[in-house]
Amino acid sequence: MQINDFLNHTTEWLKGTGPHSDIVISSRVRLARNIEKSSFPQWANKKQSKDILDIIEVAAKRIDYLKETTIFHLADMDAVDKQFLIERHLMSHEHAQKTDSKAVIVDDEEIISIMVNEEDHIRAQVMQSGFNLFEGWNIMNKIDDFLSQELPFAYSSTWGYLTACPTNTGTGMRGSVMLHLPALVMSRQINQVLAAISKLQFTARGLYGEGTQASGNFFQVSNQVSLGHSENEILENLNGLIRQIIEQETQAREIMLNQNRAMLEDKIHRSYGIIQNAHIISSQETIELLSMVRLGSDLGIIKDMDRARVNELFIMILPAHLQKLEKRKLSSQERDIKRAELIRSRLGK
Amino acid sequence: MLCNICNKNQATVHLTEIIDDQMNELHLCEECARNKSVQMEQQFGLADLLAGLTEFGKVPEEKDSPEIKCPNCGLNFKEFKKVGRLGCSDCYNAFKKYLAPLLKRIHGSGVHAGKAPVGVAKDVKKNSEMQELRQSLQKAIENEQFEDAARIRDVIKDLEKKEKA
Repeated sequence: MQINDFLNHTTEWLKGTGPHSDIVISSRVRLARNIEKSSFPQWANKKQSKDILDIIEVAAKRIDYLKETTIFHLADMDAVDKQFLIERHLMSHEHAQKTDSKAVIVDDEEIISIMVNEEDHIRAQVMQSGFNLFEGWNIMNKIDDFLSQELPFAYSSTWGYLTACPTNTGTGMRGSVMLHLPALVMSRQINQVLAAISKLQFTARGLYGEGTQASGNFFQVSNQVSLGHSENEILENLNGLIRQIIEQETQAREIMLNQNRAMLEDKIHRSYGIIQNAHIISSQETIELLSMVRLGSDLGIIKDMDRARVNELFIMILPAHLQKLEKRKLSSQERDIKRAELIRSRLGK
Repeated sequence: MLCNICNKNQATVHLTEIIDDQMNELHLCEECARNKSVQMEQQFGLADLLAGLTEFGKVPEEKDSPEIKCPNCGLNFKEFKKVGRLGCSDCYNAFKKYLAPLLKRIHGSGVHAGKAPVGVAKDVKKNSEMQELRQSLQKAIENEQFEDAARIRDVIKDLEKKEKA
């Protein structure tokens, strides 16, 4: 697989399928693993990092389950390609810095991604469309078992998997669910929900992961605690919390439809109108408008709208994707024009 | 609207900052926002938080802590406190007395309850099986159920033989 092949492919997490896909965009399970006694990436010297990359690459090649994967060495990639993988959530921002001996292994379906030499030697993730944490965990668990048969993982019977940062020690697992909560935001209940989330030792972040502000009504909720509970317990708790949030968002949507239908329809149709007709548009504005269009389609206010098509636009309008589509570098102003063009061609009448 | 920092580009990122109870709205262009976020990360780095946590906890004998060095990778505890990242898996052992309370503080528990690597998982299962057998042997003896005790003793002997083979 070449990096450009991904362009013609809807990435797993944006397929718009799976349980509760009107509110839950995607579910993700990631594990942090390290090789025992080897310096963690931040402290490793050139040779140590290279050795780690080599043994992990060899191990991955021996695993039949990972046959349909491609390894990308970040040192060989240009800035747009790296940004492209970040936009597709196949790797983190952090991974794109200081790229020596760093790699990411991705399967053709973009369900599995394994970052090598990020904060830990291995950061593996499995993506699922919709509300599907346990299916994600089943796949992740299998991959982890295969890897642990090939590699001597740093593990202690008291503290579990030993990670570079003590916040990941134990299971090394982070389960995350990406939610679209426009009705809770519009009805100003979202702050209460976010407060409850953090009280329960979970965190909520923005659409583009760590350190980003929530935009376009998208929130990523994940567990904070990784030690003292089994993987299943952690995911059960997260699952229960997400169920409640889905319930609240559904209720808020119903109340709006019943009590404020005209306001809601106005907001959705205006957003749809602007996005179909704009000639210059920023990614921030696009995401906010697309959020309303998606809500309109979920509520049946906008008819004949394919959710996958709206979903796909969420990443197609991002800088690296636009530049890949145009096959050249674009300035920020040029991107705003090309972005509007792309949206008109995909959502136009 | 123009960016509040460079006053050149269109502001596309809108931030609310709260410093000393003063709320501040910032409208930034993409580039300045990126720089700002780097700054913020430096201000509120995880390292500081972790450092705060270790300080907060009752750390035994603060004075000697900087002297502790991991015999495997050479990282000293002071460096860990600064950066918030351990050097290698052996650091956990080297810094044990400081890390144990820290882990408990972060996670609310200090004992792993999740899965184990494939090879280790088998050993753990074997060990816990053996432990259970020894406990029931003890109980049987205490209750003077000597027939049961003999049976359990034979099972343990069998298992030990297998393990040696």
